[in-house]
Amino acid sequence: MRIETRGLGAQLGGATVLEDVRLDLRPGEMVGLIGPNGAGKSTLLRVVAGLVAPSAGSLRYDGKTLNEIGRAGLARQLSFLPQDGEAHWPLRVDHVVALGRLPHRRPFAGMSAHDHEAVERALVAAEVAHLRRRTVGTLSGGERMRALIARALAVEAETLLADEPVSALDPLHQLRIMRLLTSTARDGACVVAVLHDLTLAARFCDRLVLLSAGRVLLDGPPSKLSDGLIEEAYGVAALRGEHCGQPFVLPWSPLSG
Amino acid sequence: MTADDAMMVKRPLVLDKAHAEGGGYLRLAIVLGLLMLAMTILSLFVGYARLDVPQALADSFHGARSLPALVLIELRLPRALLGCLVGFSLGVTGAAMQGLLRNPLAEPGVIGVSGAAALGAVIAFYSGIAAVFSLALPLGGVVGAILAAILLYALVGRGAGTMTLILAGVAITTFAGALTSLVLNLSPNPYAAMEIVFWLMGSLVDRSMPQVWLVLPLMIVGWILLLSSAAALDALTLGEDTAQSLGFNLSRLRLQLIAGSALAVGSAVAVTGAIGFVGLVAPHILRPFVDHRPGRLLLVSGFGGAILLLGADIVARLLPIYPELKLGVLTSLIGAPFLFSLIYRLRQEA
Repeated sequence: MRIETRGLGAQLGGATVLEDVRLDLRPGEMVGLIGPNGAGKSTLLRVVAGLVAPSAGSLRYDGKTLNEIGRAGLARQLSFLPQDGEAHWPLRVDHVVALGRLPHRRPFAGMSAHDHEAVERALVAAEVAHLRRRTVGTLSGGERMRALIARALAVEAETLLADEPVSALDPLHQLRIMRLLTSTARDGACVVAVLHDLTLAARFCDRLVLLSAGRVLLDGPPSKLSDGLIEEAYGVAALRGEHCGQPFVLPWSPLSG
Repeated sequence: MTADDAMMVKRPLVLDKAHAEGGGYLRLAIVLGLLMLAMTILSLFVGYARLDVPQALADSFHGARSLPALVLIELRLPRALLGCLVGFSLGVTGAAMQGLLRNPLAEPGVIGVSGAAALGAVIAFYSGIAAVFSLALPLGGVVGAILAAILLYALVGRGAGTMTLILAGVAITTFAGALTSLVLNLSPNPYAAMEIVFWLMGSLVDRSMPQVWLVLPLMIVGWILLLSSAAALDALTLGEDTAQSLGFNLSRLRLQLIAGSALAVGSAVAVTGAIGFVGLVAPHILRPFVDHRPGRLLLVSGFGGAILLLGADIVARLLPIYPELKLGVLTSLIGAPFLFSLIYRLRQEA
């Protein structure tokens, strides 16, 4: 599914959060959505997921509006992983992952064989198959995030939107989850992840979208993320380096002022 | 962590041994359904008058209007059927409200429909219509519950969240309670006030088959609305954003559950008065048996509520206490300590 926004704007409580956002999302691409706190990253993700209505501009899914495609139709093609993902009941991991099949199920029907296979694939891909009978409340932060990602993968949607999937995790889990997301993109999905870690963003993403104060400052390959842009968006000076041909970006010191 | 979070159950409780897979769930539902049926039949056999039930049944089949047949059809049968219907309504609505609000301490009347139904019935009683027309009392209750649901939806609107729903429910309950007290306050005759107070305590005594026929269709529509929300309640486990992204329309879900609980609980309160704790306790006991899945909890919790209510009503009749304990008093006496233990356990887990 191709998603296109043109001149997209959004308001929250009367304040303009997004302005004139142009974004094209295509299958097979890993997109990092970066920018300082309050830049509108989460709101952009929520608008694209159909959770917040845009206040201006257009949003098209394969050329169709949300009304034309329908919430249930969109749910089969787009999977959304919210920032503070938490299970409100102590559900078992496999039951949580099975929730991802709800958009595909008929009313009152149980899980089909295909649903079971999709759940199994998601459990394996997110490396939580061995945790399937544990309840989510008993998992560590990294395990819980993997279980929630498995839930999002179980939808087997063409688009996966993940809001800060690695922010609360230790380095090992950050790397594992970034690998998981890129491999999901390699398998043909469009993955958009909100990221704070510029090194992870530059290293794992095919494309970076830098938001600042609700506007797109950059939409291009990680190599285009210049020092000037980082200074303008974040107000920090960054260190750069390279290891085995892969660039890294380290925010180093706040700009004086 | 907010107070709201603190109330959420984070870890499985002791009973989590029984893993309810597809087959296990079906077995659980069938066992509870049969148990509910057995309790309903058992309820026919319990009463103050000695009654040869098979004989009474045979008489009524042959159209003989013998005394045993009359006792069975006019007294025992409506009591048993209403026990079953009201218990089921309370259980399924309790489970639905707990699922919607994602809080194990929610009870069926949390959004104000029970208080409003009680007020409607009390007004029918006070105005004297109930004395002229026997179904006025339950009808008044049903009207009260439906008005409360409309008011609630008007207050909460389309976009509002869970907290607004709870607050609006508290406001409606408080206001209905104040108006009920006002009616009692203005009651010219202490006997009428006494009768209202006793009615409010909740009971299945002296109900009739016309009352069953009045509430049955309303309850069935309510149950359908509540039971058909199963998948959406499952999705809500992961929060409102995730539920929406899984294709569920939350404002429609809220409307569906408000209407369903107004019909199910409103008509339950309208015929029996307020019977507390059944709708709180039934889902809580059964939740571990369905692996805490809110969708699967609905039906079994309905069965569980019916079993609990029929059991309490049987106990009320067997206890050597006179005058007979009101059913609502008995369920609260058993239920309140249960609530204490629940709070204690949640506090430990927080």
